[in-house]
Amino acid sequence: MLTGIVFWVLAVVAVAAGVAVFRVDSMARATYALAASFIAVGLVLLLVDLEFLGVITVLMMTMEMAVMGIYMIMFMGMNPALMPMSMVHGKRPALVVSIGTFVVLAAGALLVPWPTRRGAPAADLVTSLGEAIMESKMLVMMTVSPVLFATIVAALVLALPRGRYDRLGDDLRAGKAPR
Amino acid sequence: MTLQTMLLVAAALFSVGLYGAISQQVVVMVMMGLELMLNGVILAAAAFWWFLSPTPDGQVLLLVVITAMTVEMAMGFAVATLLHRSRQSDMTDMATDLSR
Repeated sequence: MLTGIVFWVLAVVAVAAGVAVFRVDSMARATYALAASFIAVGLVLLLVDLEFLGVITVLMMTMEMAVMGIYMIMFMGMNPALMPMSMVHGKRPALVVSIGTFVVLAAGALLVPWPTRRGAPAADLVTSLGEAIMESKMLVMMTVSPVLFATIVAALVLALPRGRYDRLGDDLRAGKAPR
Repeated sequence: MTLQTMLLVAAALFSVGLYGAISQQVVVMVMMGLELMLNGVILAAAAFWWFLSPTPDGQVLLLVVITAMTVEMAMGFAVATLLHRSRQSDMTDMATDLSR
């Protein structure tokens, strides 16, 4: 009973904060709203005994939203990030597509005859996840690791300004720097 | 709290995120829409895990989704930085030529 009440409160907070992301006046407030939505979902994960993933979601998203806030201030300046703004295009088609998507997904959720639960959760879910990562699912983690490393390299290559190795442009044999 | 109710909430989050990803002009706001969509995916995956098959496999899948979110954020910020450096703009409408 209590779990049900907490779930519905968190569900309303998650969706309302999600809607607020695109309704509030400033991008800084939108960042806070998105953080609230993620924290609510992280707490729902805790309700279904996903302690590790719930805590990860809350911590990671709080940090991510802090970084996002910094980006907004950096790119748009302090005042525009906090001032009222509305920068949208194709509002009506986007609304139609999103409502249509919700109707289809909701119909699937309500009409599909979902099977009953098979098996029971392990006594210690965090330990079972750790064992899965280090044993049967190690290949998944070994794939994720180079993907993350490649992401770091690619993000740095994209984000860093051209350095001294690029002073000659694409034609490195030209011998002199472009004017 | 049932599978259906959790999936309904996840569908609502996904749809709101989709609206933002399609309609917003600022790159960072588009990223927020994508993050909200992945938020819905995380909730739906947790619901499937808990109500259908609470094995460690489902937790690993959730971990992969969270990793995908991290990659999306890092690359999105990198592209936003590159756009801002090269064009002094953070709007998607100013970068439509990238689709050619």
